[in-house]
Amino acid sequence: MARMKFTSRGVVLPLAALYFLVPIGASIWFSVNEVEGVSFDAYTKGLGAEGLTTSLMLSVRLGLATIVCGLLLMVPTLVAVVLYLPRLRRIVEILCMMPLVVPPIALVAGVTTVLSWEQDLADTPLYMTFQLLRDEDFPLVLVLVYTVMSLPFLYRSLDAGLRAVDLRTLVEAARSLGASRLQTLWQIVVPNLRTAVVGGAVLSLAMVLGEYTVASVLSYRPFSVWMVEIKDSEAQLSVAAAMLSLLITWGLLLLLTTLAGGRSRRRANSVRENRKKTVS
Amino acid sequence: MADTTAPPPTGSGAATPADSAPAGSAPADSAPATGPDAPVAPPSRPVRDDVRPGPGARRRGARRHRWPVVVPFFAFLAVCFGLPAGTMVYGAFTVVDPASGTGRFSTENVSGSLSGAYATGLTGSVELSLMTALLATVIGTLIAQAVVSSPRPALRGIVVSAGGVLANFSGAPLAFAFIATLGTTGTVTQLFHLDRTGFSLYSFTGLVLAYLYFMVPLMVVTVLPALDGLRAQWQEAAASCGATRGQYWRHVGIPVLTPSLLGGAVLMFGTAFASHATAAVMVGSSQPLITIQIANALNGNVLVGQENLALAMSLNMVVIALLVMAVQIPLQRRSTRWLG
Repeated sequence: MARMKFTSRGVVLPLAALYFLVPIGASIWFSVNEVEGVSFDAYTKGLGAEGLTTSLMLSVRLGLATIVCGLLLMVPTLVAVVLYLPRLRRIVEILCMMPLVVPPIALVAGVTTVLSWEQDLADTPLYMTFQLLRDEDFPLVLVLVYTVMSLPFLYRSLDAGLRAVDLRTLVEAARSLGASRLQTLWQIVVPNLRTAVVGGAVLSLAMVLGEYTVASVLSYRPFSVWMVEIKDSEAQLSVAAAMLSLLITWGLLLLLTTLAGGRSRRRANSVRENRKKTVS
Repeated sequence: MADTTAPPPTGSGAATPADSAPAGSAPADSAPATGPDAPVAPPSRPVRDDVRPGPGARRRGARRHRWPVVVPFFAFLAVCFGLPAGTMVYGAFTVVDPASGTGRFSTENVSGSLSGAYATGLTGSVELSLMTALLATVIGTLIAQAVVSSPRPALRGIVVSAGGVLANFSGAPLAFAFIATLGTTGTVTQLFHLDRTGFSLYSFTGLVLAYLYFMVPLMVVTVLPALDGLRAQWQEAAASCGATRGQYWRHVGIPVLTPSLLGGAVLMFGTAFASHATAAVMVGSSQPLITIQIANALNGNVLVGQENLALAMSLNMVVIALLVMAVQIPLQRRSTRWLG
């Protein structure tokens, strides 16, 4: 096993780099390669193509709505669970991880069936709710499904954030200085959880921007569905759009690592100092 | 010990908001609040009831006051997750009589979803997921080990951030990237005339290649912390007892890592099993996969009135995912013992 060193560094990393870089390079080449040489038409003209802006904006709006919905739901719940209802912690954790067991395609199968009750409910006020949920311009049903799908990321990132701060002391201090419950939540708890909140939000946004399954089964047309729809007529444009979405994901996650990296390093340092103090 | 730990909580409690909110929003806002609110403050203050025992009635009132905070969460999950999931289970066991429109209990859908083409789809999905999970676990661990043992710290930063991006690069965009690379008119296909060798992207092998593109990075990111937990001292201790590198890995490294590796493999299986978009865009219906069959049944592409069959197939997926996840639970406890 003296080869171990050789295989792991000398061969594995270059091979991995090759495997991961070739598809990206080949795709970029595919999107600019024309019979008479290189052309960036797919990128320049493509950006003005019919449907791109509408679908991309729909994806972004859905993503932002999902983030707002998920955070409004999760932050108060997790804070209350940590502070007052520790017995619920396990239940909340299991519930938040449930979407990992139910794949998106299975979830959307259930959602389609629920939505098909619309006809039976035509005479009741609930009918209006269904109409609102399925609004072509801004399908709320997608926001709800995406919020469910983002619960695991949100839980993991917020839970890690909550473990890192002494929430009870913070809240007691704030409350004893006269802050109201909402003030405490908004001005003390949320700033202290900033990294966790941003981390969860960015991961949900990346998930929503790339989501295809749910939107295509429910026949809406966000960015990724649009990309697939044009693939037969304009192959180059769809590959260019794929590269654009890779770029967007990359930008989003770069933002996240920059934010998280700066913070966690500072926190790690202070933890180490505290430990030194306790030991001495 | 008691007197060294007692002061820090108050100290760190006061210091944390000041440290971590450099904008100073916390101290700046709470300081003036003490002025005008100070007289009103005491009665509503105690956050923990046991700090200042009040009359029983008030304490119970305060406790009841806290429940509404978590009610939206449970209500949301009940409506947006419980309702579809419940409908799925109910629908899977219901057959609607076309004449009268009434439903009755039956296992027809479930048995239908486990036979014929649908059984092939289910086994196809399981095979693909097993294959990719195994490969992703092995390759991901090798890459992560190469990164951990590398003397250059910059490499780690690059691999972690690239892993984060590529792990999220799945679905339709990934399918396009592979079609543009290895598809019939793909760049690499044309460059090396791969079509003459009989290679096709629209096959099981093609799917494995594409799935690994987002699964390997996910595995690298997942397994890195566990590999960090392997102490250099263990290797030195093994070496000073005369063990070779191979013996160290066989008797120390791999056994300590086994729970983390299996946990990673379970995660990989779940990811591959649930993934639909990549395969749907890349191979369409040419490969039998349960996710694609469910989508087709839902869209009414096959036959009208197959919704309940789709629900039964979804139920099968959930059951398999549950079984696989169940493997992981006892393992997690073992891994925290060594690598916690």
